[in-house]
Amino acid sequence: MFDLTIRQTVQKLKNKAFSSEELVLANLKTIEKLDGKISAFLTVCSESALKQAGETDKLIKEGKELPALAGIPFSAKDVFSTTGIKTTASSKILENYEPVYDATAIKRLKQAGAILIGKTNHDAFGFGSSTENSDFKITKNPWNLAKVPGGSSGGSAAAVACNMGVFSLAEDTGGSIRQPACFCGVTGLKVTYGRVSRFGVIAYGSSLDTIGVITKTVEDAALLLTIIAGKDPDDATTLPAPVPNYLESLNKGIKNLKLGIPKEYFIKGIDQEITKALEEAIKKFEDLGAKTMPVSLPHTKYAIPAYYLSGISEVSANLARYDGIRFGYSALGKGAKTLEDVYFESRAKGFGPEVKRRIMLGTYSLSSGYYDAYYKKAQQVRNLIKQDFDKAFEKVDLLIAPVSPFPAFNIGEKAEDPLQMWLADVFTVTINPAGVPGLALPCGFTKNNLPIGLQLIGPQLSEPLLFQAGSAFQKASDWHKRRPGLL
Amino acid sequence: MARELTDKEVNHVAKLARIGLSDKEREKFRNQLSGILDFVEILQQVDTAKIKPLSQTTGLKNVFRQDMVMPSLSQQDALKNAPKKFKNYFKTKAVFDV
Repeated sequence: MFDLTIRQTVQKLKNKAFSSEELVLANLKTIEKLDGKISAFLTVCSESALKQAGETDKLIKEGKELPALAGIPFSAKDVFSTTGIKTTASSKILENYEPVYDATAIKRLKQAGAILIGKTNHDAFGFGSSTENSDFKITKNPWNLAKVPGGSSGGSAAAVACNMGVFSLAEDTGGSIRQPACFCGVTGLKVTYGRVSRFGVIAYGSSLDTIGVITKTVEDAALLLTIIAGKDPDDATTLPAPVPNYLESLNKGIKNLKLGIPKEYFIKGIDQEITKALEEAIKKFEDLGAKTMPVSLPHTKYAIPAYYLSGISEVSANLARYDGIRFGYSALGKGAKTLEDVYFESRAKGFGPEVKRRIMLGTYSLSSGYYDAYYKKAQQVRNLIKQDFDKAFEKVDLLIAPVSPFPAFNIGEKAEDPLQMWLADVFTVTINPAGVPGLALPCGFTKNNLPIGLQLIGPQLSEPLLFQAGSAFQKASDWHKRRPGLL
Repeated sequence: MARELTDKEVNHVAKLARIGLSDKEREKFRNQLSGILDFVEILQQVDTAKIKPLSQTTGLKNVFRQDMVMPSLSQQDALKNAPKKFKNYFKTKAVFDV
């Protein structure tokens, strides 16, 4: 039952090949068996999941029509508000926080019949590329327990790779879906800015944050996006563009697709095994009918500083809400004498080091006398980065690039050097400042059996084309079907 | 711009951000933040004299809705995660000296 797509699984439930309860139990048992080693989950909601499975089985028994995701167990990154279920942002400041409402994306998945089985670990507030910045635990890469699963959505990617939930709902501000999907050998979708509502999702950088999914196949990602995308009155940045049935984009082939190869993403210093896997993937796209051509995105090298200055400036504003008064960790009643003490002490104890670093840098970048040199400059460069993409997409339909310059790295390897960690995002942060979507797909393995990933990048709202090309690639390859040996 | 931050500057930023720092943290952050500021200096190479800043990438502008009363959180729900409350209010330290 673990090798099926979502559509096949719902069909099996309808045909009574297995029950919803059996499916949920199988996933919970996998968590029980493996998560002691992997540490992908912060919370497992067995009781509510089994209750919902019972309700689905009742629908099936009564022969009622089933919604598109009936009985499908899934996990969500712990930044999605879930009513009555702890939502921590992997930070001590929210250790005991229980939201009183569901995020829109969670609500839409539940309405479509999906069953939440747990909340996954990640770098606190999404700040990191390895999941080592979680205040609670370090998630391990299921392909090699000494390696990181990537980040920030490392728990989500590791969970999907290990059959702990059929998919995971996650968030990508600067690669947080694509890079862990790549490190764990699964499929990751980062959508166009505003395509999916962020209402109820704990904010990182509001001009960059996007909601997406980590799945086993492109088909599953297409189905899920059809359900979660669309305008939401609770998120004014959601786009009014109609939501197509993304499943109709699958299996159309890619004859005459113009695929651009950006030279700035194929530079010296990339792991040779990754370069080779990408060359083979490009050859495969050509065999499938795509026409490839070189393109240039000249401002790529400025993307990391422009992205980080934008992101951290927004962080310093967004995280001002953690004041020790309304929710979250508080120094009230713990010796704080003045209101200022409450702020200073609540935030000193509640936030981990990377969160403090980013808030302080963001504050600096927005502070009087530095605003023009840092924040404004970053927004100007951001415009140039977007123009690079606009120009490239006048010539080609999609771009192809590696997700990461290296495969999963060792736990601890970059943990002490924040700048080295930032540089791990060199190929993924680039697209967020432009608001364009990307799809990460497994495209090979290193000789040490670590997954390698490629990403397809398209213009805003080109998700149908990403699914079309991604499904063509997965039809012609089986990298996405490989599972870690520990299963 | 590329230079070492001073303790005074780190203290100033920490104060603006309302984050209490230990001496050890102050020294560690001073080094790390200086390193990162040095790194982002590369942006100064780009000529942006004629470039407008961009933060909203999809071009959406003012999004309006009808001014209608909609359901909202109950008082009880809104206070559910409050560290301290008094009757139906959030409770904290006094804002003004009395």
